[in-house]
Amino acid sequence: MVGVDREDSAGGLDLALVAHLSRLARLGLTDAEMAAILPQLQAILAAVDRLQEADVSGVDATAQVGGLYDVMRDDQVEPGLSADEALANAPSHEAGLLRVPAIQ
Amino acid sequence: MSLLDLSISELGRGLRAREFSSVELAEEALARVESLDGTLGAFLRTTPELALEQARAADRRLADGADPPALCGIPIGHKDVLCTKGVETTSGSRILEGFRPPYDATVVARLAQDGAVVVGKMNCDEFAMGSSNENSAFQPTVNPWNSERVPGGSSGGSAAAVAARLAVATLGTDTGGSVRLPASFCGVVGVKPSYGRVSRYGVIAFASSLDQVGPLAKTVEDAQLVLSSIAGPDRRDSTTAAAPVGDLARALQEGVRGLRLGIPREYLEAGLEDGVRGVFESACRWLEAEGAELVEVSLPSTQYALAAYYVIAPAEVSSNLARMDGIRFGPGEPRAPSLLEAYEQARNRGFGAEVRRRVALGTFVLSSGYYDAYYLRAQKVRTLVAQDFSRVFEKVDALISPTAPTPAFKLGERTQDPLAMYATDALTLPANLAGISGLSVPAGFTSGLPVGVQVLGPYLGEAMCLRVGAVVERAADVWRRVPAGFDG
Repeated sequence: MVGVDREDSAGGLDLALVAHLSRLARLGLTDAEMAAILPQLQAILAAVDRLQEADVSGVDATAQVGGLYDVMRDDQVEPGLSADEALANAPSHEAGLLRVPAIQ
Repeated sequence: MSLLDLSISELGRGLRAREFSSVELAEEALARVESLDGTLGAFLRTTPELALEQARAADRRLADGADPPALCGIPIGHKDVLCTKGVETTSGSRILEGFRPPYDATVVARLAQDGAVVVGKMNCDEFAMGSSNENSAFQPTVNPWNSERVPGGSSGGSAAAVAARLAVATLGTDTGGSVRLPASFCGVVGVKPSYGRVSRYGVIAFASSLDQVGPLAKTVEDAQLVLSSIAGPDRRDSTTAAAPVGDLARALQEGVRGLRLGIPREYLEAGLEDGVRGVFESACRWLEAEGAELVEVSLPSTQYALAAYYVIAPAEVSSNLARMDGIRFGPGEPRAPSLLEAYEQARNRGFGAEVRRRVALGTFVLSSGYYDAYYLRAQKVRTLVAQDFSRVFEKVDALISPTAPTPAFKLGERTQDPLAMYATDALTLPANLAGISGLSVPAGFTSGLPVGVQVLGPYLGEAMCLRVGAVVERAADVWRRVPAGFDG
């Protein structure tokens, strides 16, 4: 684990942490790409640090604004995509299954 | 003069009077795209076979005389984040090149049901992330009013095509201003419906707590007709509001006499260009002359809205875009030596700079140790932003402001500075955080560039936005102006 459990905020973003984020998010960034993105992310984080000034004591978090919870429908079987339709866009498939490189 | 210069109701009269057919209308739209879109770049692809098939069906429906819907036979375009069955849908991203969705988005299906004719898919910023259309992986779109300027984003192709009369109306999506901003920059009407008013089934997600689909059109009435077609509950999208849409057309005739309209003080502060301020002040005078009472109001948490948005939206991006793995759709890297490398290569090749930034940022703000300081705090600030709006809507019927602090900026001007690009949406994104309704309507020009006025209404207050927008439109009297080079 690199850095992610540290409690300090924007200042904690360094190349090692960018490498960790790249791995976590499967971005596959090269060294040059990481060097380029680091100052950009630092600048954005410095700007969003404005949030720390807001007085949010006693304020609830808003995750969504529609006000709907636990929307249910009857559990009825309906026709969906056929296997062929569902696989039609996959770059590699075989015998009705997705084919992927080996997990190592 | 082109048939595409006409409003939907004018075209409807012509179609019903057999002055021209829907096939002729579609052919004219396609011919205009062919001859005029080369430099504009509004379309990622045209769909001539689909268009002519739908137009022939529309002509049969019109000939049957059984009072077809207002949109029957009308040429439209869909932003490329909307799934269209069998028609390539890329979201402006290389990672979805060649993706042919096996189903239509609900909004696409509803417009088809009402007889609209799809002429193509509109260019946009990659996965709708951007304010200038320069983040499209395929091509930039330019502003029809000035080819050195951006059309705005992320629904820039949708706005430019309507302004250039290449489609009569289009759909866009608005996550932080992506319908209203390009509408303002291109001189067309754009509506951001309230969260839940329009189905997102089949809409390739950017930030699911913020995204809404909305129309772009030449007039407020045209936008209303498209909105009325697409709005309303959808059993395939559990976030749609159950409340009935009601008769939105009536709002267009109601006027503003007796309405109280608020002007948010914070929206007229730093960075507002004089030309934009001038157009906005004219709009205020027109609304007063029509009998509205204007009052200054305060939305004090506006100062934190941009920061909250650029935590919440990237967080949702990092989650939503995890599905872009090159396994089920897109070119992928099926010959990579391992699954991990397949993911990394597909995403590295497939994602552009802005998408990478947002995925990385979103991953960061959601990671343990940073979650409370960024994501949770941003969600609390989101509550403050929503409370600001609730408070003022107890006192006023709608809010008015400029849609953007500036008119369309130059191509390349903000591409090297993500923060300058983000600031473009300062006046539009608070409405997405709060989930309320909004619209941008052309109100005039500064230095030859269009300027839009934003109307914000309460949650499910689309009718109020249309009502105020229609009055601004009538007073401004600019919607028949066509950009030079597109007026043939």
